[in-house]
Amino acid sequence: MTDLSDLAWTRSRHFRSAPIATTTVDATRWIGLTSALAAGRVTLLSLWAEAGGAALMALLDAPAHRVAVVRIEAHGGGFPSVGAHHAAAQRLERAMTDLYGLTPRGAIDTRPWLDHGRWGIAHPLGDAAAVPSDRPPYPFLPVQGESLHVVPVGPVHAGIIEPGHFRFTAQGETVVRLEERLGYVHKGIDGLMAGAELARGAEIAGRISGDSTVAYAWAFAQAAEAALSLTVPERAFGLRGLMAELERLANHLGDIGGICNDAAFAMMLAQTSILRETVLRAAKTAFGHRFMRDRIVPGGVSGDLDAQGEAAIRSLIQEIRDRFPAIVDLYDATASILDRTVSTGRVSADLVQAFGAGGYVGRASGRNFDTRRDLRYAPYDMLRLDVPVRVEGDVNARIWLRIREVEQCCSLITQMLNALSQGPVFADPGFPGAPREGLGLVEGFRGDVLCWLALDAEGRIRRCHMRDPSWFQWPLLEAAIEGNIIADFPLCNKSFNCSYSGHDL
Amino acid sequence: MRRFLIQGLVRRPLTESAPQPEAASRHELAETLAGVVRAKLGRSLSIRHVDAGSCNGCELELQALSNPFYDLERFGLHFVASPRHADVLTVTGPVTHNMAEALRRTYDAMPEPKWVIAIGDCAKDGGCFAASYAVAGGVAAIVPVDLHIPGCPPDPTALLKGLLALLEQMDTAVRSG
Repeated sequence: MTDLSDLAWTRSRHFRSAPIATTTVDATRWIGLTSALAAGRVTLLSLWAEAGGAALMALLDAPAHRVAVVRIEAHGGGFPSVGAHHAAAQRLERAMTDLYGLTPRGAIDTRPWLDHGRWGIAHPLGDAAAVPSDRPPYPFLPVQGESLHVVPVGPVHAGIIEPGHFRFTAQGETVVRLEERLGYVHKGIDGLMAGAELARGAEIAGRISGDSTVAYAWAFAQAAEAALSLTVPERAFGLRGLMAELERLANHLGDIGGICNDAAFAMMLAQTSILRETVLRAAKTAFGHRFMRDRIVPGGVSGDLDAQGEAAIRSLIQEIRDRFPAIVDLYDATASILDRTVSTGRVSADLVQAFGAGGYVGRASGRNFDTRRDLRYAPYDMLRLDVPVRVEGDVNARIWLRIREVEQCCSLITQMLNALSQGPVFADPGFPGAPREGLGLVEGFRGDVLCWLALDAEGRIRRCHMRDPSWFQWPLLEAAIEGNIIADFPLCNKSFNCSYSGHDL
Repeated sequence: MRRFLIQGLVRRPLTESAPQPEAASRHELAETLAGVVRAKLGRSLSIRHVDAGSCNGCELELQALSNPFYDLERFGLHFVASPRHADVLTVTGPVTHNMAEALRRTYDAMPEPKWVIAIGDCAKDGGCFAASYAVAGGVAAIVPVDLHIPGCPPDPTALLKGLLALLEQMDTAVRSG
């Protein structure tokens, strides 16, 4: 059995306050870690490539509340495949090949992922090369059997949502396989980040996934502050926490109604969308922007909260406390909607464990993990937080998870307002003086957002890798829909609400 | 459920009065609309939306247009599921190379007359993603654009103003035509 003890593990309270240590390993050791991942002894937090030829992975040892970053030089442009033994890594590896030209040796799935053959170049961030013009069409997985039919959907969907392609193979009404094809909104974020100033990096980070702009900006700021060993004023932590919980509140409220609306229960959407709009308006009053974009910056926050803003948040929480219970009752007392959500789109506990799926997808299937509690960071280290967990793993469980988290948000926001200290909200990040690397990990509404940031001596970004929680949730959606009917796909999909833009980068 | 229905009858509606369209958007639209439009379409427009690479922020605000505060459908504006049913195409995002063909084909599938509204700062010229190998540029790089609504993202009021400017121009065009 692989020995894990000689890796440079860092406990949560340390990795956010100082540059992250990286353990460089050889191929044998790397393969050993791959086996440890496959055996479930550690959880994969992310896997990414560096220009110039290196693969890195971040590992989580959840029981010990610690993380490690491991690096392998890609001699000859290759490294031993992680995905060959640990399925959660497969799409990340395909993305590494597309963008950086690294080859995971022994990989099972070598099809391109983000590269649709339309950039005019291959491996744009590695040794870029012109693309052969006669590239074959994307080979979807073959299906064989009696009376099967294939339903292709997207990339343009019927609603006002993001683009992606879904290929259903159905027997009658029952889905026997769903295959996802993503990458349509790939904007080349990694390429834009490389060489950028810190301020520009923060701007881009906040625009990777619009619904999680606070979580992304915070993860980026954490990584930058860790790399620079920067001490952030205490009040800034409190304000960041408020923004993150307002963002969670708005998204969960939108989702609860949105899922019900996908089963034609429009009244739920009408009711929750009123509360969602109220949250966004309070955010605008308190922080000057409905989504609180560009408010979190490396060093603190860009604006302070005044008395009027605080009052707006307090009255918002009171309104939600007054009105939300009746909406929950409406859901829970309507048999026709429960008939659609209960036992639909089930994900097993084994799968969420193996993929390390975060957020409501993981917690609705029994994975008791929340970055705010298990890899704690300010201000959550001073607050009382109960992490709701369910075991059913169906659409209903994912709705209830959100309902319980809405209640938690209200409690957390009240606690934060009561504990908010006075003082400055920004400290100048300064310059590192030498190349530094930092890690950030923040619980967004969807799950844990990771940021690994490498700065050069002048403080410019050498490499910024941001991993959306959706990387480990999208594959589970393929499993969730199996054996369900196509008509239940919108319901399952909305209950996951994975990010396209955050995933495609 | 009965309680919600009764409340819906006795409470005042949450819906807010319509904002005044921006003078600038009015001017921008004046040239794009012909007098026949109002006669052909009535005061009703079907909108098809395509996300051509956005971060999803603009989509969230477009969705908000349907909540009870803004209630888009009272203006005769509604989102449709197929480009074949649409008069107006709203497009968000810097257009990524991976989405360019899907956007062009959606536009081609719409019947004439048709208009394109580019939404958000990225849709203008690619915004903060403009320099990327994966981005084709703003919406105008792929399909002709009639109106641009700026913002990152534009809030629902800004979106309403833009859409209402479109409708108002149709009325004016009819009276003067």
